[in-house]
Amino acid sequence: MKKEKKGWKELPVGLVLDAATCRDFETGDWRSEKPIWDENKCTHCLICWVYCPDSAIIVKDGKVQGIDYKYCKGCGICAEECPPKVKAITMVREEK
Amino acid sequence: MIVARTGNEAMAEAMRQINPDVVAAYPITPATEVVQLFSKFVHDGLVDTEFVPVESEHSACSACVGASASGARVMTSTASQGLALMHEILFIAAGLRLPIAICLVNRSLSSPINIHCDHSDTLASRDAGWLQIYTENAQEAYDTTIQLVKIAEQVLLPGIVSTDAFIISHGMERVELVDDKDVPAFLGERKVNYSLLDVDNPLTLGPLDLQDYFYEHKRSEIDAMDHVLPVIEKVQKEFGEKFGRYYPIVDEYKMDDAEVAILAMGSTGGTAKVAVERMREKGKKVGMIRCRVYRPFPKDAMTTALTKAKVIGILDRSDTLSSLGGHLYNDARSILYDSHTRPILKNYVYGLGGRDISIEEIESIYTELLGIQKSGAVDKDIVYFGVRGE
Repeated sequence: MKKEKKGWKELPVGLVLDAATCRDFETGDWRSEKPIWDENKCTHCLICWVYCPDSAIIVKDGKVQGIDYKYCKGCGICAEECPPKVKAITMVREEK
Repeated sequence: MIVARTGNEAMAEAMRQINPDVVAAYPITPATEVVQLFSKFVHDGLVDTEFVPVESEHSACSACVGASASGARVMTSTASQGLALMHEILFIAAGLRLPIAICLVNRSLSSPINIHCDHSDTLASRDAGWLQIYTENAQEAYDTTIQLVKIAEQVLLPGIVSTDAFIISHGMERVELVDDKDVPAFLGERKVNYSLLDVDNPLTLGPLDLQDYFYEHKRSEIDAMDHVLPVIEKVQKEFGEKFGRYYPIVDEYKMDDAEVAILAMGSTGGTAKVAVERMREKGKKVGMIRCRVYRPFPKDAMTTALTKAKVIGILDRSDTLSSLGGHLYNDARSILYDSHTRPILKNYVYGLGGRDISIEEIESIYTELLGIQKSGAVDKDIVYFGVRGE
């Protein structure tokens, strides 16, 4: 999943980036812990979707589909906010 | 056209002929006249420049950064404390690769407060990523101002051209001006890769750059500085061919058979040339090296020049306040480490706060250097020349 980063000779001169580049900035490689979503436990209350600061909870037709690891920074808010009786999201150590 | 001009007037004339798109400046002695005269050119309609009279040098440099990033040809002028106040923005201009040109007058940094010449202001900014060219007289200041704009725009780095406070800035000299129409022709249009004002192609300039890319961007800036010297040489040659005045990166005077020599920067180069003449009349084989381009440091040309003589007296109009002497002395010692032949070096820090150095005093330094050549030993490698109580 990790994109190869550019070497210094490939960079444009003068600290210039294109505008609106958030989509290209894959913050998933910041992660040290990874949320694991359990489809069988999930009640699709969408609390995780509301709280996720990176819009990394994938939802389709009102149902959680999974986690977008390209952008998920592994903050763990989704696992924390998932209701205690449901516990559909658990954090595990990211493997290198 | 031959005219009588002070260094400041000559630099202002060069700016008028360059006709920059934007000048943002704040006055400071002894560089005030440069933009004061230029603002009159603006008022009289002699230039098309957008003149921005800002409230500080920090703002002046910041306005220059914004204007330059929009694709404009941008210039300003300052000295001493003014450059110190720009310090934060100097690094940003260089990192963003904006070819801003500063017409600077070298003046001591406070304290004690003083308005006269030494090189402590620009040398304190030597690591900011700006080109630095020190001139010997008003003519060279005028010519170099024109050259610097072209050099900076080709290498995409900002640059400083400087004169010595009052000695050059306020001294009236014979100056030969290029025809007005020839300056824009020599410079051409500034070519830009992007413009902040191009709304059809939006871009992000100067974003936060953390562990993953900061180093790559810095490496690219370092590399840019590594490729500057050939461009300076090309532009100087082109200027020489067109207008008949050529200045080398390292100015050597009577070095071919010199046994001892002086290395200096700025107007002292001119004084030392007269001292060389007088010593030669007495049959002494002495020479002079003037460091014209200081940043980037011309390692090869300087090594070649320094290794021609057996003893070099290095005149620094500044001190690094590090117990290691002056800036030129440290640079010279550093490059000579790799050299097979190493002349004996002696550092003379002199002229701080504008204290004059005379032809006779430089002659006395040559006499001392000849003595060192004879004995083969230096008693004291860093001396503070011309200070009372030493």
